Amino acid sequence: MDVKITPPSEPFPGTVHPTDGGGVLVSSLDEVINWARSNSLWPLVFGTSCCAIEMMSTAAAKYDFSRFGFEVARATPRQADVIIIAGTIVNKMAPVLKRLFDQMPDPKYVIAMGACATSGGPFFYNTYSVVKGADHIIPVDVYVAGCPPRPEALLHALITLQEKIKSGLTRDQIRGEMKAHGN
Amino acid sequence: MGTEELIQSIQSMFPDASINMGNNFPELVIEKDSLLSVLNQLKSEPTLAFDYLFCETCVDWKSHLTMVYHLDSTRFRHNLVIKTNLDAQAPEIESACHLYRTAELHEREIFDLFGVKFLNHPHLRRILLTDDWKGHPLRKDYDDPINMIKL
Repeated sequence: MDVKITPPSEPFPGTVHPTDGGGVLVSSLDEVINWARSNSLWPLVFGTSCCAIEMMSTAAAKYDFSRFGFEVARATPRQADVIIIAGTIVNKMAPVLKRLFDQMPDPKYVIAMGACATSGGPFFYNTYSVVKGADHIIPVDVYVAGCPPRPEALLHALITLQEKIKSGLTRDQIRGEMKAHGN
Repeated sequence: MGTEELIQSIQSMFPDASINMGNNFPELVIEKDSLLSVLNQLKSEPTLAFDYLFCETCVDWKSHLTMVYHLDSTRFRHNLVIKTNLDAQAPEIESACHLYRTAELHEREIFDLFGVKFLNHPHLRRILLTDDWKGHPLRKDYDDPINMIKL
């Protein structure tokens, strides 16, 4: 699947037809909705280990993911749009994560941050307690490599998620496209 | 009191036990039955005053288990490690929690993960794992074919 990386300078989706005294904007409603959604994604306060420190750094003044619309981290899943799984998910935490995801209103998105959330990472072998990848519990939209990933990597993942939303496909549609392309 | 002096005075208190300098702390190896009396003397002796148990843990050596107690004196700021070996099949030792209250939680964790039974512990039950958990995961012979991928 091609996720089109649009330059951040790309304005509102649609074309403006200049007329006297202003202009007429032509666009499709879906595109406008996706554009709006992608530019206002509130993450859930959810961090289970060291990736959470990098996530906090990404949220803080130096990297500041509010610049891209990840405005405020919400402490309740009912007000959150995206959950950044920042850290190891253990078997005891799995039902909590599932419940948090279920409590989030649609549309909701998931980013698996770092090796643990992606695959269990350093805890893949010889561990009795760690879930081998958060995608065993909830569907994941974007994976980030790293242990932990640098803030730039998380920012890239967040922007990739925005591009994914702007491209307008649902998770199932994307999966179908990937199958059609033999990925 | 310097470290050499500390080692000598502890050796003279317990002539049967062996004490040597480890990597970071002096290490005193004792019999498990003498644990409480050793701890009690180290705590009440005014020149030693080991009043703080800052770590208690266990090591599985397959043939036996070793209990490790890290003591600290908040008055003199000197440290001591106490080691004692336990039987691997039925590990049992007196609880230290009547001398050091902090041992209560440490011993519950050791019970949970190593299966050491602490005698006279006020409420010995699992602390991290679920109550219906089978086995003790930090033991070397622990096996969980469902969750563990062996390398």
